[in-house]
Amino acid sequence: MAPGTRLYLAIALGGALGSVARYLCALAGIALLGPDFPFATLGVNVAGSFLIGLYAALTGPDGRLFATPAMRHGVMAGFCGGFTTFSVFSLESIRLLDAGEWALALGYVGLSAAIWLPAAWLGDRLGRRLNRPPGS
Amino acid sequence: MIGVLLVALGGAFGACARFWLSGVIARRMGETFPWGTLVVNVSGAAMIGLLAAGVLHVEGVAEGWRETWLLLVVGGLGSYTTVSSFSLQTLALWRAGDSARAAGNVLGSLGLCLAAALAGHRAGLLLFGA
Repeated sequence: MAPGTRLYLAIALGGALGSVARYLCALAGIALLGPDFPFATLGVNVAGSFLIGLYAALTGPDGRLFATPAMRHGVMAGFCGGFTTFSVFSLESIRLLDAGEWALALGYVGLSAAIWLPAAWLGDRLGRRLNRPPGS
Repeated sequence: MIGVLLVALGGAFGACARFWLSGVIARRMGETFPWGTLVVNVSGAAMIGLLAAGVLHVEGVAEGWRETWLLLVVGGLGSYTTVSSFSLQTLALWRAGDSARAAGNVLGSLGLCLAAALAGHRAGLLLFGA
């Protein structure tokens, strides 16, 4: 199989799995927490940011995990990319605005931006720590 | 069950479209700023606003459109856009000491995506006469 084909297949598979996982989280979020606030999207975007930071560090040049380019793209561009979503986040924000829920809209956007980045940072930090040989 | 399959199919295509387009843009514009992810996210936000104006009501997705919504929006556009790459790329800019570009990416992505979703939604209301 050509390397390009393998890459796209890995990304398609990861994207399918990530999207289904996000869909199931959304269903669970509405069932458990109700439809008033998009907790599920907030959660998947935070978790996906953490995961991509962790996996990128673990499979990076000094990483302790070996991953082929197809595996790396399948997990990062595929799974993490499909799991997280900027478009649904944007839609949920403007729907809160349209419903006149200004405080909730502002809280949603602010909270998201404030947690996404520290989550990626934390994942990266954890990955780098795991990369270090034991006892160092 | 059919819902899960539709989301999976849309998600597979969305992820590949994102990878392809962001790669094309990154090769054109260079890698000093994550233009590819920005363009993907802004265009996805405009499209989701447009589609929502057509089929999403206050009480949920319009009758008869549920399967299309799961395929194109939950699967397709949901997967086409990404927060994880945005976070990782912003972190990389910040770690490289380029805090101006990091802040620009955060504010630019949030501002442009929300504006694009609003604009797409307004355009959709005009277009579909909802």
